[in-house]
Amino acid sequence: MIKSADIVVIGGGVIGCSTAYNLAKLGAGKVVVLEKNYLASGATGRCGAGMRMQWGTETNCLLSRESVKMLSHLPELLNVNVDIEFTQNGYLMPAYSEKMAEQFKKNLVLQNSLSIPARWVTPEESLEIVPFLNTKGMYGATYCAEDGHCNPFKVTEAYAQAARKLNVEIYTDTEVQGIVTKNGRIISVRTNQGEIQTDTVVNAAGGYAKTVGRMVGVELPIFPERHEILVTEPVEPTMGPMVMSFYHNLYCQQSPHGSFIMGIGHPNEPESYNIKSSWQFLRDMAERLVEILPPLAGLNIVRQWAGLYDMCPDRTPILGNSPSLNRFFTAAGFSGHGFMISPITGQLMAEMVIGKPTAFPIQMFDAGRFNRGELFVEPSVV
Amino acid sequence: MNHNDIIICRCEDITLGEIREQIAQGKHTLEEIKRACRSGMGPCQGRTCAPLIINEIAKATGKPVSEIPLPTFRPSTSPIKMASLLGGDQHD
Repeated sequence: MIKSADIVVIGGGVIGCSTAYNLAKLGAGKVVVLEKNYLASGATGRCGAGMRMQWGTETNCLLSRESVKMLSHLPELLNVNVDIEFTQNGYLMPAYSEKMAEQFKKNLVLQNSLSIPARWVTPEESLEIVPFLNTKGMYGATYCAEDGHCNPFKVTEAYAQAARKLNVEIYTDTEVQGIVTKNGRIISVRTNQGEIQTDTVVNAAGGYAKTVGRMVGVELPIFPERHEILVTEPVEPTMGPMVMSFYHNLYCQQSPHGSFIMGIGHPNEPESYNIKSSWQFLRDMAERLVEILPPLAGLNIVRQWAGLYDMCPDRTPILGNSPSLNRFFTAAGFSGHGFMISPITGQLMAEMVIGKPTAFPIQMFDAGRFNRGELFVEPSVV
Repeated sequence: MNHNDIIICRCEDITLGEIREQIAQGKHTLEEIKRACRSGMGPCQGRTCAPLIINEIAKATGKPVSEIPLPTFRPSTSPIKMASLLGGDQHD
């Protein structure tokens, strides 16, 4: 194993790989990625693989808009030969109360002001988009035709390949066990495969970001939360967009492969590292799904799994240097939408780490915002 | 006959050649190969292809078969209709 590096990125998910690639591209010196299991083995590879620009805060709108732009031609951008399955079949988000409809319309004003082509559709218009949607109780929906899907394994693979071409070293099966500091500076990162001297660490450990923070006495308000998901047998293309309902706390999308991927959020899910599947999920999922998309009841479920959301109290990620330990950067707390904003996030993090002005202002997203009381509450999360 | 054309994963139509290509790229576990090419992600959940791929990994790496880890076994044991879960003929 390498003995020293300019920057050590902890976490081989899409955020870690995207950040490492961008660092190398900006000439940041020797960059190393450390991954406990294999690439995309955590939240990245377990996510719903959706990509949407319909958000409720300006930052999430901007980050997702820029990321969709990059994803639309990512293989060319990275000069790699990986099919990332980029598809734009839209997101349809039904509203079931006046209050929800009002919030959605407020979001639309924001989204449209940032050139995101989302629009309000009536229940009748929704049926033109998804003919078998149950519109009972629906006030209408927002729809953005340019939202869609990408394959998280392939996007991570694309970034990893591009990073390796720029001499980034990626160590899988390598678990970080400690970070050595002295007089308020990082000295080295200890792993089960050896020790790497470095003065800069990027914590991209997802649900484990808090654990990594505690290695240097930095307390990050990020907590892991299990989210369950399932996939059905593949069938002919039947449903274009992702259907996402905050009322049912559910999302469901047909992937290019033909299978339907769907998940629900549980309001009482406790903080834990548990990623076991539960039978209760199957029943709850099926029950809620057939209410809104009745014909899908005839589909066979092939597999279910679970992963960790790295939750932040305001559901906005922490991006930045630590207020208490210099050059300990965090890019985590994505609260269930890290994958879809990973391309631009990696770029912004790299710019910040090398001290270059960032393409967007992101300095307010440091962990210090919780002490300052300057939160950015994202209303639109399942 | 070209052995590389043999179908290893019948659910997802993955050939021996594709599996060998993944192994050559450094993917030496079933978990990684599955995520790269969908082997074992179909209705049978790898019951047929898992042992075949383990043999290929063993051949390529020189490791004994017993040291190649199995992937996580995930529910359901066999495909099940959502309508069946809801316990009714009303959706059938």
